[in-house]
Amino acid sequence: MTNNHIIDLKNISVSLGGEQILKNMNLYINDKEFITLLGPSGCGKTTTLRIIGGFLEPDEGDVIFGGKRVNGVPPHKRRVNTIFQRYALFPHLNVFENVAFGLRIKKLPEKEIRQTVDEMLKLVNLSGFDKRNVNSLSGGQQQRVAIARALAVNPKVLLLDEPLGALDLKLRKDMQVELKNIQQRLGITFIYVTHDQEEALSMSDTIVVMDGGVIQQIGSPLDIYNEPKNAFVADFIGESNIVDGVMVRDFCAEFAGSRFECLDKGFSEREAVDIVIRPEDVDVVPTEKGMLSGVVTSVTFKGVHFEIIVDVRGFKWMIQTTDYEAVGNVIGLRIEPDAIHVMKKSVYSGRYGDYSSFSDEIDMLSDTSYEEESVPDE
Amino acid sequence: MNKNGFGKKLVTAPYTLWMVIFVVVPIALVIYYAFTDADGGFTFENMTYIFEYGKTFLVSIELALISTAICLVMAYPVAYGISRFEARRQQTMIMLVMLPMWMNFLIRTYAWMTILEGNGLINRALRYFGSDGFGMINTEGAVVLGMVYNFLPYMILPIYTVLTKIDVSTIEAAKDLGAGRRNVFRRVLLPMSVPGIISGITMVFVPAVSTFVISKLLGGGKTFLIGDIIENYFLGNTGMINYNIGASLSLVLMVLILISMTVMNHFDKDAGEGEGVLVG
Repeated sequence: MTNNHIIDLKNISVSLGGEQILKNMNLYINDKEFITLLGPSGCGKTTTLRIIGGFLEPDEGDVIFGGKRVNGVPPHKRRVNTIFQRYALFPHLNVFENVAFGLRIKKLPEKEIRQTVDEMLKLVNLSGFDKRNVNSLSGGQQQRVAIARALAVNPKVLLLDEPLGALDLKLRKDMQVELKNIQQRLGITFIYVTHDQEEALSMSDTIVVMDGGVIQQIGSPLDIYNEPKNAFVADFIGESNIVDGVMVRDFCAEFAGSRFECLDKGFSEREAVDIVIRPEDVDVVPTEKGMLSGVVTSVTFKGVHFEIIVDVRGFKWMIQTTDYEAVGNVIGLRIEPDAIHVMKKSVYSGRYGDYSSFSDEIDMLSDTSYEEESVPDE
Repeated sequence: MNKNGFGKKLVTAPYTLWMVIFVVVPIALVIYYAFTDADGGFTFENMTYIFEYGKTFLVSIELALISTAICLVMAYPVAYGISRFEARRQQTMIMLVMLPMWMNFLIRTYAWMTILEGNGLINRALRYFGSDGFGMINTEGAVVLGMVYNFLPYMILPIYTVLTKIDVSTIEAAKDLGAGRRNVFRRVLLPMSVPGIISGITMVFVPAVSTFVISKLLGGGKTFLIGDIIENYFLGNTGMINYNIGASLSLVLMVLILISMTVMNHFDKDAGEGEGVLVG
């Protein structure tokens, strides 16, 4: 094999309780890569992880690990380790024994175990915590023990199932950096599952965006953000205005009642398309200089910028600008050719990208539904 | 605030009263009788009867230990099996475990008499097939059987409870780290279920060591347990009745149980603090 694939998933389909979770999924993962499976709850990302870990057998398809088919191989015989959503530490063992667990099963000599555990605890900044009861540790510390425990057995691939979900924001940011460092230092493959797009963008080499058991797009964080394949990806990653449009010809798109120069080509003539414009790519200009004009309907101060909602012929655009505009002002909008991204129509067309019902509260609500999923129900 | 405190006292008063009348006073009475003679004078003489019944004590403890061990060996797989079912099936299974307990303890034990006795169900069935049958009732085996049958649910329930509380991902984590079935059991399931095992052992051993009904009905006067002796001193023939000796034997039994429970709890604590203490 000439490729660098450590894991190949081929035509994987899974149904659980009569519901199809994964539909004919194909995915390869390169060695030493930090790959993130990103998607809303129920998109099949955790299921994918469980299939790789050996906790779930696919109904159809092959799981290939280092060139060998591993369907049916139980978890304890795979060189893959998992960081579980709820840490899953052993409450009857102290920190040292938790980390040493896998090494004791391998029946390594005591001296070697001690050395490895010390090394691992140092790696996750928990030196000196050996004798501590794991139940007395904070969430972040428990997470570190879980990481040390998984890394101690020297896996080829580490699976991380929303590992930072239960931590508070600041700790989460610190741990993101730390995880990325650990991954680079040890040079092992990380397969990371999250619903947090920011986390995915800042940590990954490759992002796999999933929805409804289907991979929507695979690419680098930049690709995913700048060149989303469909309305779902555009909406899920960052904020986007997604408007109906028509490709008049190559490099010319028509939307919101005007024609715009753009950089996209290769569509058939007059093909109906979805157009994505990121809020930060729209310039606010005086009306007479604008390509479009609209009325400001709301303004929110976000610290770095203002987030304003502009009504352009009935469609609400979100625009991020550093200049304050009062509600009711009529403003002009200017969109550069490289700010326009044209996508083919998909099943997701028309479902996202209009900010008429937008509010922070709805955002928060959808966030808590994720929280509930990841917080242990004790 | 003061009123609040008074309210609290008022609410707990009936229970406090209950405890005093039915727990504190009886124990005080047992202690009083144990250290007095027929005339009410202080004496240690009652305690000497312990040596007279030393063998009975040993037999009681032996049979109770055997029953407890059998219960544990039988209950653990059952409890584990039930805990792996889906939630609704679990409820049904647990109800089936508890069902016999809805029937009176005496009736259940009488039922075993009719099954085991010379002309009982088993022997009649054996004779039907041409065998002579054999004597089962009035043996130590029958007593152990009665204990196991009656107390098994008390072993299953606490073990089942701890097992259901173990997060499945803990077991998955163990498998993930290379543990096969045996290692998962030995290094994770078993140590994590120690609290349930301890309370199961306590809940079986304590009633088994002090029972007198089971030995009376199934042991037929051949197997005397310390419970039977104590019962005789309180409720036996008029000539036998001696509250002082009965009370002293009861007190010794109580102390024995207290000691064994303390030892058991000590094990529990060890397990809770982590294997590191034992291994490292």
